[in-house]
Amino acid sequence: MDASTSLETHHHPGAHGAEHEHHELGWWRKYIFSTDHKVIGIQYGLCGLVFLFFGFSLMMLMRWQLAYPGQALPVIGKLLPYIFGPGTMPDGKMAPDFYNSLGAMHGTIMIFLGIVPVAFAAFGNFVVPLQIGAPDMTFPKVNAASFWAFAVGGVIMLTSFFVPGGAAKSGWTSYTPLADIADKGPNYNVIFSGQTLWLLGFIFLITSSLLGAVNFITTIIQLRAKGLTWMRLPFFVWAQFVTAFLLLLAFPPLEAAIVMQFMDRVAATSFFLPSGLVVNGAAVSVSGGGNPLLWQHLFWFLGHPEVYVLILPAMGIVAEILANNSRKPLWGYKSLVFSVLVIGFLSFVVWAHHMWLTGMGTAVSAFFQTTTLLISIPSVIILSAFFISLWGGSIRFTVPMLFATAFLPMFGIGGLTGIPLAFNSADLYLHDTYYVIAHFHYIVAPGTIFGLFAGIYYWFPKATGRKMNDFWGKVHFWPTLICMNVIFLPMFLQGMIGMHRRWYDGGQGWTLSGDHVWGLTGFQWNTPISWAAWTMGLAQIPFIINFFWSIKHGKKVNDNPWEATTLEWTAPSPPPHGNFVTTPIAYRGPYEYSLPGRDRDFTMQNEPVEPRERVRRKTPEAVLV
Amino acid sequence: MEIPYTVSTRPDTGLWNAKVGIWLFLASEVMLFGGLFSAYIFLRLDAPPGMWPHGLLNVPVGTMNTAILILSSVTVVLAWAALKMRRYRAYWWYMLATILCGVIFLTVKLVYEWPQKFDHFGAYIKPEALGKYEQYLGNEHAAAKGLPPRLEITGHLHNRAALTDPNIKEYEVYLDPVNADPTNPAMDRPHFLYVPPTHKLAPIEKEDVERATMFLPTHSAYFASYFTITGLHGMHVLGGVLVFIYMWLPVSKKLYQRNPEHLANRVEVAGLFWHFVDLIWIFVFPLFYLL
Repeated sequence: MDASTSLETHHHPGAHGAEHEHHELGWWRKYIFSTDHKVIGIQYGLCGLVFLFFGFSLMMLMRWQLAYPGQALPVIGKLLPYIFGPGTMPDGKMAPDFYNSLGAMHGTIMIFLGIVPVAFAAFGNFVVPLQIGAPDMTFPKVNAASFWAFAVGGVIMLTSFFVPGGAAKSGWTSYTPLADIADKGPNYNVIFSGQTLWLLGFIFLITSSLLGAVNFITTIIQLRAKGLTWMRLPFFVWAQFVTAFLLLLAFPPLEAAIVMQFMDRVAATSFFLPSGLVVNGAAVSVSGGGNPLLWQHLFWFLGHPEVYVLILPAMGIVAEILANNSRKPLWGYKSLVFSVLVIGFLSFVVWAHHMWLTGMGTAVSAFFQTTTLLISIPSVIILSAFFISLWGGSIRFTVPMLFATAFLPMFGIGGLTGIPLAFNSADLYLHDTYYVIAHFHYIVAPGTIFGLFAGIYYWFPKATGRKMNDFWGKVHFWPTLICMNVIFLPMFLQGMIGMHRRWYDGGQGWTLSGDHVWGLTGFQWNTPISWAAWTMGLAQIPFIINFFWSIKHGKKVNDNPWEATTLEWTAPSPPPHGNFVTTPIAYRGPYEYSLPGRDRDFTMQNEPVEPRERVRRKTPEAVLV
Repeated sequence: MEIPYTVSTRPDTGLWNAKVGIWLFLASEVMLFGGLFSAYIFLRLDAPPGMWPHGLLNVPVGTMNTAILILSSVTVVLAWAALKMRRYRAYWWYMLATILCGVIFLTVKLVYEWPQKFDHFGAYIKPEALGKYEQYLGNEHAAAKGLPPRLEITGHLHNRAALTDPNIKEYEVYLDPVNADPTNPAMDRPHFLYVPPTHKLAPIEKEDVERATMFLPTHSAYFASYFTITGLHGMHVLGGVLVFIYMWLPVSKKLYQRNPEHLANRVEVAGLFWHFVDLIWIFVFPLFYLL
């Protein structure tokens, strides 16, 4: 959003510090090269949302090829060769290499340039310091560096579409040896080839997330307001705390792998190339002695914690919104906190469940199968606690709440369908089918992305002082919810009748796909799925318009429009540089809704505990009398 | 607006911000080098007999570099202690010593060790041609002693043009001592001290060679991991040196005059990073030079 509105009260009379540092920053320093956590959060959010839409657009293109393989894409198909090069869509028909590029880049962009920046960096940056009552992050300049490293990484990734041969095309996992030798034909440019740029871009993205993670953890440890003890932290802060640890510790092994693949491509080493490798009928002239599985291990050592990086912030957002809109304390706060910590720990020891088909051996499989099933326990605890939180609440179905409640069954479907994949015997059949696509997307698309939408509608008033329009919010919500399910539910069926996830022709040429599910063959299901995807694209238009329109014209609201309890709602909207008028002190837990004996149904964290309350708290029986 | 606890400690954690930050950063670095070292382990375990070279690095030079790096870890602590005692001149000298140690380390690496490798040549002989070069390989002698087979002939390439010119049919190599006199029991174990190639010239026909390169990263999994890990470590050394130079320049004296504790904290944080870089080298040295 336009930062000018978010910071128009720049010179609020700050209670701490601001008085002796009163020089005016120029426009560039204030809105572009800013070190203010709120501006950086908004920058991350806007870039991330643009990348999300871009990544989704890549998939909308692929959906044409899947539904109508080999047919010319009307109108857009004529324009795309002018953007991506003549070889990509000859006569409007998608070339196989371009299809592969779209698939690889869809995954990369959605995860690393879309969801992580929005879920972790944007919400974390904007909300966490406010929720813990801090004036900013501990290292504001490092924070800005984190954003700019991300921006450079994003630009490199986008640039890779325009180099000869197009963007990376070996899947978002970049499995070796395929990725090692990609584009290495005649005219191979050492740096300006899709896969090499993918690796370079990643080095910047990893740097960005490292700087961000260090900053987040330090901020949460060091800058909590007085009285805000660990067990008084909002659940969202806990979720971000664990997420930051995952990014901090899981990304570097991937960075090691990326450095090695980079060496393989640029310095002709053989980290991931086995001896005796034959490509196109000719032996490859490399030293060999490398190990393709090594890449998979290092990749999934990041890859699996990354899934929790994607989901935990969304869970945090949903927790805040559920408590706020059911007007009840979050059920089982301590169980939630310990569950999220256990998830964080276990997520480091489940990675090889992505590799059942590599022949690791039964002992290794048994170990990872066990840990994978163990990690479902804390996940189920979290989801159950969320459901129970709704029980007996006086629910307000605001727009954020619609998205947050929709998150619960969607994430539930995604989680439960993951259990067959955790067993290696079942996974042997389901591996690399559309079943996996459906499972993963139920968690991340209607799961995480719904959480993100919920968070945007929820904290928009804090960032701008205005609310987004309710009616258009609902117009955004319902079609999106329906389309998500029309897209991903049939994919379970497609996967179960054996359709492979990477087929360029969408399964048209697959002779065994004669199996009918609900009257359609697996291939024929592609058509309704594709139409639902395009419809969902249209359904985002109300959101985009609502978002930008509301910055200037939304309904003006007070500092705490949702009648919430956590500290960010004690700051002015939008918060000035330095955030709080008076440094907040926390006297109570984060979710004191519907406290008996109060005239309001919410008690904010900075409201002192009254003496009579103290008595009542000690003896719960007294409440009943 | 001022961020709390940049210099003073937060009472309940007992830490100032950057100290938390640097330890987190180092945890991340441990995972980065952990990934690389585990790659080293897997590649080495995978290597067939005779395919993991030994004795190609210069142990005394590596030992000297190790000592220099350890010395610099001592001087950086002394620099920090001097700041704590508010003795700026002593700080200045100790910091200079630290910077010099880092520069010497990098110079030895980049001017002496790496170029020496780039100048060294190795040719892996095809399995069917091994018998033809028995006089340079001494595999019967090795088999009798239970040593791994020798598959590569190394030394100084006399006709460098042979690497690129397809019309030249053979490599002319000034042999390393091990290939010049393979049955000598002194050659059974790698040399501790560096021994330059001999003046014995051996012709190796290209058609008998499976793969011939200089000692570049592309030479083998061994050199790939050697150059990648020492390169990344070198970049860390360079980063540390640059930070130390900044802390040593007059610009930091201004900070010292304004808030000496702040500079001391900065030196402490940079010093922790420097110790980590040192620690990584303590792993690199035995892995590549000794084992």
